[in-house]
Amino acid sequence: MTTSSSLVYLIALPLAGAVLLLLGGRRTDKWGHLLGTAMSASSFGVGLYQLMLMLDRPTEQRPVSQKLFEWINVGEFKVDAGLLLDQLSICFVLLITGVGTLIHIYSISYMSHDKDRRRFFAYLNLFIAAMLLLVLGDSYLNLYVGWEGVGLASYLLIGFWNQKPAYATASKKAFVMNRIGDMGLSFAIMIAFATMGTVSFAGVQEHAHHASEAALTGMGIMLLVAAAGKSAQFPLQAWLGDAMAGPTPVSALIHAATMVTAGVYLITRSNFVFDAAPTAQLLVVIVGAITLMFGALIGTAKDDIKKALAASTMSQIGYMILAAGLGPVGYAFAIMHLLTHGFFKAGMFLGAGSVMHGMNDEVNMRKYGALRKFMPITFVTFGLGYLAILGVPPFAGFYSKDMIIETAFNAGGAKGIILGVTTLIGAAITAFYMTRVMILTFTGTKRWDDNAHPHESPWLMWLPMAVLAIGSVSSGYLLSSGGALENWLHPLFDHHAEHEHHLLEPIVVSAMALTMVAIGVAIAFSKYARQEVSSVAPENVSIFTKIARQDLMQDRFNEAVFMRPGQALTTTLVAADEVVIDGAVRGVGQAAMSSGSALRGLQNGYVRSYAALILVGAIALIGAIWVVVQ
Amino acid sequence: MKWLSLLMLLPLAGAAIIAALPKNNEKAAKQAALATTLVVMAATIAMAVGFQRDNVDLQFVENYAWIPSFGINFALGVDAIALVLILMSTILAPVVVLAGWNEAHGGRWSVKTFYVLILVLETMMIGVFAATDLFLFYVIFEAMLIPVYFLIGGYGSGERSAAAVKFLLYSLFGGLLMLASIIALYVMSGAQGGHTFDLDKLSQLQMSSTTQNLLFLGFFIAFAIKAPVWPFHTWLPDAAKSATPGTSVLLLGVLDKVGTFGMIRYCLTLFPEASKTFTPLIMILAVISIVYGAFLAIGAKDIKRLIAYTSISHFGFITMGIFAMTSQAQSGATLYMFNHGFSTAALFLVAGWMIARRGSSTISEFGGLQRVTPVMAWSFFIAGMSSLALPGLSSFVSEFLVLVGTFTRYPVHAIIATFGIVLAALYILIPVQKALHGPTTVGNENLKDLNLREKVAIAPVIAVIVVLGFYPSPLLNVINPAAKHVISQMGFTDPVPSIGDK
Repeated sequence: MTTSSSLVYLIALPLAGAVLLLLGGRRTDKWGHLLGTAMSASSFGVGLYQLMLMLDRPTEQRPVSQKLFEWINVGEFKVDAGLLLDQLSICFVLLITGVGTLIHIYSISYMSHDKDRRRFFAYLNLFIAAMLLLVLGDSYLNLYVGWEGVGLASYLLIGFWNQKPAYATASKKAFVMNRIGDMGLSFAIMIAFATMGTVSFAGVQEHAHHASEAALTGMGIMLLVAAAGKSAQFPLQAWLGDAMAGPTPVSALIHAATMVTAGVYLITRSNFVFDAAPTAQLLVVIVGAITLMFGALIGTAKDDIKKALAASTMSQIGYMILAAGLGPVGYAFAIMHLLTHGFFKAGMFLGAGSVMHGMNDEVNMRKYGALRKFMPITFVTFGLGYLAILGVPPFAGFYSKDMIIETAFNAGGAKGIILGVTTLIGAAITAFYMTRVMILTFTGTKRWDDNAHPHESPWLMWLPMAVLAIGSVSSGYLLSSGGALENWLHPLFDHHAEHEHHLLEPIVVSAMALTMVAIGVAIAFSKYARQEVSSVAPENVSIFTKIARQDLMQDRFNEAVFMRPGQALTTTLVAADEVVIDGAVRGVGQAAMSSGSALRGLQNGYVRSYAALILVGAIALIGAIWVVVQ
Repeated sequence: MKWLSLLMLLPLAGAAIIAALPKNNEKAAKQAALATTLVVMAATIAMAVGFQRDNVDLQFVENYAWIPSFGINFALGVDAIALVLILMSTILAPVVVLAGWNEAHGGRWSVKTFYVLILVLETMMIGVFAATDLFLFYVIFEAMLIPVYFLIGGYGSGERSAAAVKFLLYSLFGGLLMLASIIALYVMSGAQGGHTFDLDKLSQLQMSSTTQNLLFLGFFIAFAIKAPVWPFHTWLPDAAKSATPGTSVLLLGVLDKVGTFGMIRYCLTLFPEASKTFTPLIMILAVISIVYGAFLAIGAKDIKRLIAYTSISHFGFITMGIFAMTSQAQSGATLYMFNHGFSTAALFLVAGWMIARRGSSTISEFGGLQRVTPVMAWSFFIAGMSSLALPGLSSFVSEFLVLVGTFTRYPVHAIIATFGIVLAALYILIPVQKALHGPTTVGNENLKDLNLREKVAIAPVIAVIVVLGFYPSPLLNVINPAAKHVISQMGFTDPVPSIGDK
């Protein structure tokens, strides 16, 4: 494989930024945000340079690697700190550093009133570095370092304002639920080592052909658990809504465009495992399908603009996971939707931040209304993202989401019908809740308080929004034109098992999808545009709305099944340790004390003088020995 | 050069100098203690440089007749495992002295006495890992209790006397069982070629499996109390709560390692068959320790007790790694011992500073420290991340090695143990949230951040944690041959990857 000595700079630059800003402390307050942005931009520059080099090479020589140093080497367990940049990881590198840099620029202005802005940029740089390590590591263990690294950065950023107890709790919740996923990754690595004797991607790929299906199924399921934790997929999705406690640029970068898509990366990267483990692959599809509906339903009931978007993210990643679970025919479409989603969802989150910025940090959409007149640029960029997520041609989502729907139908048989219908219904619900967000925020009558003075955001904020809006418009066409992304990624995947059914013609799928979208939009219009919207959430709603408002009871479930029994167990063990174990010891001790009168004098003073004697004796003894020995 | 005896003599010399100082010159006592520990550290590093890493025999061997009529020798020597632990102990010693500069004030006895005790303890810490004569090992093993007893009982806080007595009684009980086993070995050696306490010769004794099992238990229980392994652990939280932070570091970071070190050096070497017989039981105790310690840490309301419980969980990992008998688990266990020393030191020292400032060790008394004392809060946070084995920090490497190595032979144990990483996230993030986040608790508004001395003390500890996280090779390359030697002595080889069922 081609080697390169410059891959490490992709990671080293933002990492250096993070370290400098954290260790530099207040001294770097004045220019910390500029340094952070410059580091992210430089990393983007290195990424573009690598892309140019890659384009220059023939297909089979495109992947490049760099060995940094020997990391862990014990017996047969040999892991180097090594990087791998191939057609898949370059997509992520450009997404992470590109969108990342835009969000750095946005944050310069968005965070300008926060006295800890420098610390914010340090965390952002740390995140970029960790996320790059995640997608560049050449083995599961290297990926693991990035995997938990982004978890740490996410924890720090969700809790950026952790002086508020609720925010501190949200960050802790995200970390703990992610750790459940990380445990899955640990198991996957252990299974790989125990059965194949290697944990590198190349090694596992090589052995996957002749490994037992049981081992690969086990590994695949554990990778799915990991993906579910990181990508907020059922049943580990409950942290994402609370993660909106973080500053909005964080929600855009980490909890929409990049980190939460790491699960899709992991499954796509492990294609050789899933292709040989149909049961695990089926579970991937099921998790994706459940989550895409789950997220969409939650999205219909949220009045908090960020939580509505977060639910939408969960749902859209469900689409990606579903596509990735469809095997070689789906991987490229999962990645394509991931990239287009990166543009339009990040754009809409930044738009939400822009709205909040103009509305005294109000997040309740029922207190918005008619904002398009006051924030025209935000309205237009958000609107383009809206058209993209709906899948209206020719916007980005039209290409990427239709491909997934089509591939779902083409899975064939009952499976194809179920998946296809699910993705179609999801599209309708998506259209409904996104239209609801648009109407509540930008149209209708104003519902805000008198002390709100909505205004357009400064250019440092709207410029990144505009760039992302361009992506929302064009990225779908660019990536799918002539099968660009499909062909680009094609060499990485095993198309051996590919057999397309072509149940439905693409045009039929598009027609069905657009019909569903139209239905969703129409319902939203009749519900929110034709009627007066109340500025407080109505209470006399259906049981379904109530359940959706509560995130479909996921928190309740976790509390009842895991948290409270866990707390009870902890309390019991603490008490038992005191009473039973320590009590038994004390009991034996007391029994011994009371039975032997000789021991009755064993009180503090006695023991101490006894011990002092031993000490003096021992020292004298050692001294004497040395005299003799010398 | 007689490195090991030199290392043992240096702290004693320092102790003698301090003892000779005028009683009211506390500063000179502290400076002398710091200087001594730094010299010992430098000497240890110099010795370690000369260690031949591919040679699995004992190195730096010294042997002096001590009590010839009983065949007792003052015999020293180290393999890589002992070397790594001595290195850890002597690097931690100056950190402890510097970090706890004012710890000795308010004790029952003078500041001078405190440092004399610390230095005498350092000599014993080196000796206990270096001894190759069973009698010498036993003497140091027991004698170490004395300075620790005085350090807890004389300079600790709260119910320090009770905690010190509990610690002493527990340890004496374990020591007594070990003494019985040692005497039995000695008697048997007489019947098989001459009385001796030499470890190497004793390991070749012939004995029935019943005898071996009984004698093994004598040693193992002593070490299980020391380590401590569930259910022999209840002395530790009390001792850790009452001891000064520096003493706690030495107690949990160094002395407890004598237990796990002893399992490798004595249990496995002297009683290989009995070790195999008891392995299933020990593996279960180890897994219980991991999970149990974690749950109790989650439930702990006192920061020092919390750290003690996390250590019980960590010692479970170490014990599991020792008895899993794969090269990854065995190397991981020794590396774990080293890394645990530093991450526990970081936790205890920073917790100690927090407690000294707040005047309480109850977690809920803190709150919002991140915005009042950022450097102290960050130090605590990084130490916590190391304790929960965040990848990129040193503990991750050792913990993952233990888990992956255990998994290849005992998948069920490894799976249950891996649940510990979720519990670890809880037992670290709960105190982090309570102490560092949220609004500033009343009374904490004016707490002072770390001063220069404290920063200088904690910086190298954190540096070790970070550097070894990314680059553990220098240490692993030293440990690997010794760890491999241990498992091949026991007749084990690594399981072959179980591929090819298809």
